[in-house]
Amino acid sequence: MDHASATPVKKQVIESMIPYFDQYFGNPSTVYDMGSKIKKVIEEQRSNVSQLIGAKPEEIVFTSSGAEANNLAIKGVALARKKKGKHIIISTIEHHSVINSARFLERMDFEITFLPVDKYGMVNPAHLSRVITPETVLVSIMHANNEIGTIQATPELADICREKGVLFHTDAVASVGNIPVDVNVLNVDLLSLSGVSLGGPKGIGALYFRNNLRLMPLIHGGIQEMGRRGGTENVPGIVGLGKASELAVEELTDKMNHLQKLRKCLVDGIHEKIGHAKLTGHPEKRLPGHASFCIEAIEGESLIYTLTHEGIYSNTGSACASKALKTSPVLMSIGIPPDIAQGSVVFTMNNNNRIEEVKYVLEKLSIAVAKLRALSPIWRKKISS
Amino acid sequence: MKQPIYLDYNATTPHDPEVIAAMQPFLGSAFGNPSSSHGYGIGPKQAVENARQQVAELLNCNPGEVVFTSGGTESNNHAIKGVAYAMRDKGNHIITSEIEHPAVTEVCRFLEGFGIDTTYLPVDSQGRVRLSDLEQAIRPTTIMVTIMHANNEVGTIQSLAEIAKITKAHGIVLHTDAAQSIGKIPTDVNELGVDLLSIAGHKVYAPKGVGALYIRQPLKLEKFLHGAGQEMDWRAGTENVPSIVGLGKACELAAKNLEQTMNGMKMLRDRLHAGLTNKLDPIRLNGHPEKRLPNTLNLSFKDLEANRILEDIGRKVAASAGAACHADTVQVSHVIRAMGVPLDWAKGTLRFSVGRMTTVEDIDQAVAIVVAAVNKLKKQ
Repeated sequence: MDHASATPVKKQVIESMIPYFDQYFGNPSTVYDMGSKIKKVIEEQRSNVSQLIGAKPEEIVFTSSGAEANNLAIKGVALARKKKGKHIIISTIEHHSVINSARFLERMDFEITFLPVDKYGMVNPAHLSRVITPETVLVSIMHANNEIGTIQATPELADICREKGVLFHTDAVASVGNIPVDVNVLNVDLLSLSGVSLGGPKGIGALYFRNNLRLMPLIHGGIQEMGRRGGTENVPGIVGLGKASELAVEELTDKMNHLQKLRKCLVDGIHEKIGHAKLTGHPEKRLPGHASFCIEAIEGESLIYTLTHEGIYSNTGSACASKALKTSPVLMSIGIPPDIAQGSVVFTMNNNNRIEEVKYVLEKLSIAVAKLRALSPIWRKKISS
Repeated sequence: MKQPIYLDYNATTPHDPEVIAAMQPFLGSAFGNPSSSHGYGIGPKQAVENARQQVAELLNCNPGEVVFTSGGTESNNHAIKGVAYAMRDKGNHIITSEIEHPAVTEVCRFLEGFGIDTTYLPVDSQGRVRLSDLEQAIRPTTIMVTIMHANNEVGTIQSLAEIAKITKAHGIVLHTDAAQSIGKIPTDVNELGVDLLSIAGHKVYAPKGVGALYIRQPLKLEKFLHGAGQEMDWRAGTENVPSIVGLGKACELAAKNLEQTMNGMKMLRDRLHAGLTNKLDPIRLNGHPEKRLPNTLNLSFKDLEANRILEDIGRKVAASAGAACHADTVQVSHVIRAMGVPLDWAKGTLRFSVGRMTTVEDIDQAVAIVVAAVNKLKKQ
């Protein structure tokens, strides 16, 4: 129940990668047969990934992760356009790789505006429109949030930017493979995705950039990836991402239906069985397999560990942040008080999860919450008042 | 169809079966995110730390000084930009050499757009940087020297320990790109005296898409991939667990068999050299005769075009003209040019590089194939 952190690599994906670990090991940049064959395979995978998001193959650059794709998008646009302006807009609930890339640029004399979100985690388009200045070169607002599941009104936000001639980037790592993601429907100029959340391998991601948009490379070196990223290509990783993209297209509709059912069961069940539990994020505009709650008078970490003993793996905050931060900045941004944010628990489901599992989770969750609350002075105070 | 005899180990290496075996569990069921605090994360987390230990043992450093990256190119970018950004207040001058890999040269060129001044040191006819040139190039504003350990094209090994004495005396950070030397010669960071050292997985029988950077503590660098706190807060991005495990295993194997590997490769390389020299005349050896990677043989065939030879032998022997990374565009390589190889020789330059899987039969067949091709082209 923690698929936002990592999804199991699909069997077909692993099988597609294996030959590139032993038989076809050549360097794609070499001139002899094996090199050119592998180059062709890379281009086929580029096409698979582009089809997943409605892009052209030449608009895809492979990276080592979603985080690298975000770094490349933000620094790449900022450094290529610094003569035009040095203002960047991002939201307060972005992934660390977006926020910290922006912070880095701040140290390089860029100005960053952090757009707030409402109680559901949504950015207000009118607000975005107001903060764009003639100096603005890039707006980066994530498609769906990994921690609260909220899906932004991305086309509306992107339209505003298009009208004002500002590039729009979206981090779609949490949404690709979970809901329809089409770069033309979304009207974005740049989009990041990752293998990890797509049932593909770790260590691979991709950045979509519209047409011939100029980007300063992040990794300078050889002329691989049309000169946009140096470094010998991670061939098995690319093959795995391509295969995962292909499978994601096929299964999307069924997966969404299945996950919506599971989520409804889980959310309704928690509301029914556990009092003082607040669903975080948007009630409808959210990822199908994503249910996040703040449960009062318990600590998320303790709850996660308790559930682990029952064989249930969930998360508190986002996986990448769980070690690094105490209170989740995303929960603070949607106005959850710190004491309640402590009780954050996030369930992210995948097609492998079954309704029986959800029922099992509900059963064990209410026992665990009751047990933890019985030990909690905060809870005693709350019920006595 | 029979696979060609592979004599291009400097471009990339096949995966060692033991490396693949070590990775296999992490491709499938052990899929957790190493940053998660629950059960699924613990196996991968331990595996990453075990790999870090294996790399550290090969480099003779502390595991806490090893950061995993997506490859040698990222390691070089991280090292050079990391120092340049972090030491902006101290100075803006970087010294490198004329024979570096594009993963170093292109980073310097990029930084030149941000006010960094670069000195490109020339090399002698055998591809070695002269220590006196380095001494003279140092300025009060010099913050970093980046010189590769061994060259990918000609195999020449630099006197890093001597270079390190100079940089240390001036308080300058020393980085080396060791992508080519790792697993082929000793790469002990303390013997070499370097502060930063880059390695790449796919040059040492591990997969593509993984590498590492050694960062001598307490050196402070600007981060390269910004984000969450993975890799001891050095590098963002979910860890590429299977490939990291593969790199760790590869380093363990490299350390275990280094002397034997060196002797084996040298014997095969010299056999290839002798075989060609005996039957063809004249051939020029590029690079240092002794201070050279034991697996690398860079030869020039007078008045012939390297690409014509490769076209002829391509289906039977895999070798390189110039460096593999820029073989799409044919021009005399920057390394051969920097060493002052005359043009009538330079254009006929081929690199053969042997490895752990190369056999004596491979070498003898390759000799026959290359000799036949060269003789045929000479007649035309």
